[in-house]
Amino acid sequence: MSALLEIARVRASYGATRVLHGIDLRLEEKSITALLGANGAGKTTTLRAICGMVRTEGELRFAGRRIDGARTEDIARLGIAHVPDGRGTFVHLTTEENLRLGAYARRDRAAVARDMDRMYAYFPRLKERRRQQAGTLSGGEQQMLAVSRALMLNPKLMLLDEPSFGLAPLVVRELFAILRAINADSGVSMLLVEQNAAMALDLADRACVIETGRVVLAGSAAELKRDDAVRRAYLGY
Amino acid sequence: MEAVLLQVLAGLATGGIYASLALALVMIYQATHLVNFAQGEMAMFATYIAWSLINAGVPYWAAFLLTVLIAFVLGVLIERIVIRPVENAPVLAVVVVFIGLLVILNSIAGWIYTYTIKSFPSPFPASLGIRYMSPHQVGALLVTLVVLALLYVFFRFTPLGLAMRAAAENPVSSRLVGIRVGWMLALGWGLAAAVGAVAGMMVAPIVYLDPNMMSGILLYAFAAALLGGIDSPGGAVVGGLVVGVLENLLGAFVIGNELKLVVALVLIVGVLLVRPSGFFGTVQVSRV
Repeated sequence: MSALLEIARVRASYGATRVLHGIDLRLEEKSITALLGANGAGKTTTLRAICGMVRTEGELRFAGRRIDGARTEDIARLGIAHVPDGRGTFVHLTTEENLRLGAYARRDRAAVARDMDRMYAYFPRLKERRRQQAGTLSGGEQQMLAVSRALMLNPKLMLLDEPSFGLAPLVVRELFAILRAINADSGVSMLLVEQNAAMALDLADRACVIETGRVVLAGSAAELKRDDAVRRAYLGY
Repeated sequence: MEAVLLQVLAGLATGGIYASLALALVMIYQATHLVNFAQGEMAMFATYIAWSLINAGVPYWAAFLLTVLIAFVLGVLIERIVIRPVENAPVLAVVVVFIGLLVILNSIAGWIYTYTIKSFPSPFPASLGIRYMSPHQVGALLVTLVVLALLYVFFRFTPLGLAMRAAAENPVSSRLVGIRVGWMLALGWGLAAAVGAVAGMMVAPIVYLDPNMMSGILLYAFAAALLGGIDSPGGAVVGGLVVGVLENLLGAFVIGNELKLVVALVLIVGVLLVRPSGFFGTVQVSRV
């Protein structure tokens, strides 16, 4: 398999504070990779670095193409969709307008309409609320909307920043089941940042552990689940 | 009773002009969260361009469309060249830039066209056979309504309009779906300038053309935008019409024509004191 995303020695800072100290990461096509780490380890910043939302040094390659230094909107147009922390909902617009915006960069209108129906099939609740202001949706619904909006880009890679944050356990399970189905159906790769390490490792094929801005451990999800250090630090048994 | 009706209709006609300018203010406000003090002067400058075109022999409606187009381009250029460099500057710096823009446009207009008052033609026939309104009042109101309807359709139903609303609401999320936010802001300035140009051309036959013609109009537009809620496009339109009618009624029957402008100022102060979010604006709540 060829690498969809390759990150080499990527550093990033907020002002004078360096957060990433040389991250190396390789994502295969159609795979799900979980990114684990404590608070402040640099998981969110890694996702932001991929999207060009922070200034980076080092090398980022997407589908063989250099994307470091490119603008966020151009990176999105290459096929990287980001479900940001806080969900990034357009709260004053309707559910359907949010979804239409997700497909803003696409010109294939028939396929966009099909994808819209697909999202409503994955998340029937969104269809019920299609004319409703997105800001009035519940947290779980907004997370579903954020995932759907990202998928409307028809991305090759989806970055998910703590999709389980603030959701009831039942809703999280439902969401993760749908993420698995989406990955199986359309082969979109996922890079998943998650506090809920157990669920993330169940979903993912591969996993990386980040500590203070560096990847300290990488391997298959099954391997990492058996790793003593990972078990103690992130799985809690 | 008939006198009242007359004043109300006249108020609606000028109110429509305030409404368009107020809408231009709201459009810029939504994108930048600042009130563009130069909006009136931009409209005034565009009206001079129309005057030049008409004087050069261009038929009125051709000159009208050409002016709207030129105003749009100038609006985009102003955003790209003047506003963009101060995008992340402190509020006061941007306000000073707006005021600078106001003075510069005013002076350039005075320098090119002198400060002598000029008459500006109305494109509407001398008589329409309508009893209570002059032809220009009817025409100006119609033109305003058409502009407002076009803007509504554009923002509501086109992908580009949706993208502009998205960029104004949430620039970060907009970039993540591939919207070029910088251009959306420039487009917003272009549209606001174009709408302002229409307002300028519609009001010029009434107030006559001179570099300071919009200063009073802009005050009414401020009052209208505030009354409707500075972040509500629909509110700006309603506010414009209300201010126009109020100004006329009070001017005719209560305080006299000399104190008309005071109505606008009292409204501005009153709204800010009593209900800063206006009729339709969102109330700002922040946790401290």
